[in-house]
Amino acid sequence: MQMLPAGRDGVLVQVADAAEAVALARFARAAQVQAVEVVPGAETVLFDGVGDRSALEGLLARWSPEAAETVGPLVELSTSYDGADLDAVANLWGTDVAGVVARHSGIEFVSAFCGFAPGFAYLSGLPEHLAVPRRDTPRTRVPAGSVALAGAWCGVYPGASPGGWQLLGTTDAGLWDETRDEPALLAPGTRVRFVPR
Amino acid sequence: MTVQDRGRPGLAHLGVPRGGWLDAAAATLANRLVGNREDCAVLEVSGGGLTLRHEGAGRWVSVTGAGCSVEVSGAARGHGAATWLPSGAGLRLGPATRGVRSYLAVGGGLAVEPVLGSRSTDTLAWVGPPQVLRGSVLPVGPVTGAPPGVDVAPLRRHGPLRVLPGPRLDWFGAEVLHDLCAQEYVVSPRSNRVGLRLQGRRLERSRAGELPSEPMVLGAVQVPPDGQPVVFLADHPTTGGYPVIAVVLGEDLTSCAQLGPGQPVRFALG
Repeated sequence: MQMLPAGRDGVLVQVADAAEAVALARFARAAQVQAVEVVPGAETVLFDGVGDRSALEGLLARWSPEAAETVGPLVELSTSYDGADLDAVANLWGTDVAGVVARHSGIEFVSAFCGFAPGFAYLSGLPEHLAVPRRDTPRTRVPAGSVALAGAWCGVYPGASPGGWQLLGTTDAGLWDETRDEPALLAPGTRVRFVPR
Repeated sequence: MTVQDRGRPGLAHLGVPRGGWLDAAAATLANRLVGNREDCAVLEVSGGGLTLRHEGAGRWVSVTGAGCSVEVSGAARGHGAATWLPSGAGLRLGPATRGVRSYLAVGGGLAVEPVLGSRSTDTLAWVGPPQVLRGSVLPVGPVTGAPPGVDVAPLRRHGPLRVLPGPRLDWFGAEVLHDLCAQEYVVSPRSNRVGLRLQGRRLERSRAGELPSEPMVLGAVQVPPDGQPVVFLADHPTTGGYPVIAVVLGEDLTSCAQLGPGQPVRFALG
């Protein structure tokens, strides 16, 4: 763990990977860290609006990656595997469409961090050997609810937007709702399973 | 033109930009001038040029930030001062003559429906109330105070944008931070509420490769592969994949709000 400067009131903590980042963010929130923002990234956690830096340092000293465990709630997303890139992914994985569905729906993903759009979660859990490239040409419009892969990340588009990820299917789960107490369905730490429909 | 207040900090982990007024000093002054709490929603007008008609009981209004003429029913009024806007009167802001963003406060504050605790319109993800367009009607809240006798406009600090070393200075090396502070940049016309985009001598990275997506702070000076720095403003994306060489001090972000295309900019170590 390494502390990097991020402005007068911010500290960016470098950790080993996404699992550690989300675990540290959850640990810090549970310990009621005094910060306006606690934001996990792919290998970092930002603490911004930190009032008392030495208190934060004390908190970080009490955390160890070995104790890291992700015990967020489990969300099951009923998914139609009807994406435009199923065949392309099947080719990349050396299997057929049924093989893609079986592998993808067999993984328990974890929401590592959000970005790109409100409620867009980067889901970790895909093994590195199943990582897929982004499409050479991004689509100008990806429909809301699209379940997609890029690199070793899985994501679900909360709203229609341009996108370059490989599309596996769609879900009609409400991923983002500003009127809910918890507007993002897949907040960092949430465990996610895709259930074929 | 958008409604802005302090924004919605605390939601970056869900991918929601904080948003909020770019020139906090000017916006909060506008509120104080009309007797509002400092955090009331105001109208942020880029480049000036606005005509409004006021319906309902008269209210105090004030215009701060970028310099522009202010007229009530055709009569000239002061900039940076409380002005009475009678029922049925027209209010006109001329084009901005100095600076970019003017702030219009109305006694009682703009009362558009808040989203996630804020009335700010975020122009990156479009969280918040819709943009203000020709024909928009803006509701006004109940008056909570009267204009104070005297208010002192904060002194504008002129000079370079002060920076602290950023989290990924090691992607460049200390000499590149000196290069950032040694040259004069020009504001790009592609600047907006997301970022102040600058043009100058290319900043070279000392290492190749991709940075895994990491959270970004307000004021981050991000350096994309073209070597031209971008200062992240209120509507910046919550995560980014380019290294941050430095971070602009919060007090100097108000200067960023008022820098227009073609203007020179310098950085200095804060």
